[in-house]
Amino acid sequence: MCVVCGCSNAHDHGHEHGHAHVPAQAPHVDATTGDLHYGSGGARVSVPGLSQTRTIKLEADVLGENNRVARRNRAHFFAHGVSALNLVSSPGSGKTTLLCATIEALKRIQPHLPVAVIEGDQQTSMDADRIRATGAPAIQVNTGKGCHLDALMVADAFERLPLHGATPGHVHHHHHGEHGQHHHHHAEKLLFIENVGNLVCPAMWDLGEAAKVAILSVTEGDDKPLKYPDMFAAARLMLVNKIDLLPYVSFDVARCIENARRVNPAIEVIEVSAKTGAGMDTWLGWLMHVEPSSASPHLAGVPSCA
Amino acid sequence: MHELSLAGGIVRLVEDAAERERFSRVRVLHLEAGALAGVEVRALRFALEAITPGTCLEHARIDIDEVPATAWCLGCNLAVPIMSRVDACPECGSVKLQPTGGTELRVVDLLVDDGVPVASSPAALT
Repeated sequence: MCVVCGCSNAHDHGHEHGHAHVPAQAPHVDATTGDLHYGSGGARVSVPGLSQTRTIKLEADVLGENNRVARRNRAHFFAHGVSALNLVSSPGSGKTTLLCATIEALKRIQPHLPVAVIEGDQQTSMDADRIRATGAPAIQVNTGKGCHLDALMVADAFERLPLHGATPGHVHHHHHGEHGQHHHHHAEKLLFIENVGNLVCPAMWDLGEAAKVAILSVTEGDDKPLKYPDMFAAARLMLVNKIDLLPYVSFDVARCIENARRVNPAIEVIEVSAKTGAGMDTWLGWLMHVEPSSASPHLAGVPSCA
Repeated sequence: MHELSLAGGIVRLVEDAAERERFSRVRVLHLEAGALAGVEVRALRFALEAITPGTCLEHARIDIDEVPATAWCLGCNLAVPIMSRVDACPECGSVKLQPTGGTELRVVDLLVDDGVPVASSPAALT
């Protein structure tokens, strides 16, 4: 039985099917025979002016629309040879400072690598201003009351970046054959998406990124991966930042890594200090090998065994 | 407080369905939240109550089933239910578990009233 309209015909049920759904007072029209069915609702009887009650099965993922846009973003990034990274952390982990240091270092070692940034914050364009000061193009996305970026915000911001379309000054770009058919072995263009500082909500919103990078600074607790497991389960890499401060805090790096691997056995870990530059070479090396991703991420945090 | 965004997504799904299926009012909204969906059910209820007035979901009863997530235990090679990402295997106690389901928040079904638009229904029922 069709649970939407109650008719017993086993018609195909994509809601694109033959019979247009009509106001309930009108009969249900069988697509193949043209028969008219009155009283196909739950009450099994048609009473003019009286509404009927029925059940509608939706079985719909609430994040389905976001996930559709994220898949489109992912295909779009792939077609443009863009490796997109979604940087997530608590407020104050040093994301923007690390990002500025990363961009400055990339300018030295990979001067022809196009890099751009989408900055998510609730308010102000301070972070985008800091990024633009490095010379990299940046778009600020203010979410207002929102606690996370969503895929549509990223799609809108990406269209405004020079990574999208012809990239001025981009000299070593591989020639693309069919749109999206090119196979990438390394990062050709990097897009950093700095999410709103929040270790909870951004874990649920796929933006179309190739990987999530969780940044945890040693001034926070080494138990954070257990307190916010969704985020560390969803991340491919954990950056332990501000390691120059380790002598002054009680943060136990080994315990932190153990906690992160408890929720995500495959998570990679790099220890860095944006201030002293320690660990930056490893981080930059990791970045250069992030391939644009055409595949959807593994099921919300299930580690891939790549 | 991403539950507000999720509530917005729910209202949108239901209003799309209302347009497609021509119903005017939802009596019961039936949701299912997986244990790993990252949804705080009380916050989601609060958010829905805040944003549904004026929509077909106004005054609807909201049923939310909280369902366990599933994981594959690498210790005993079994699919087991878990309630959080830091749970140990209920069979063998191993913490080497790979979540395989329970990350979704879904609208399962709706109990709806057909027919006359909300605005004209009082007249129609007299």
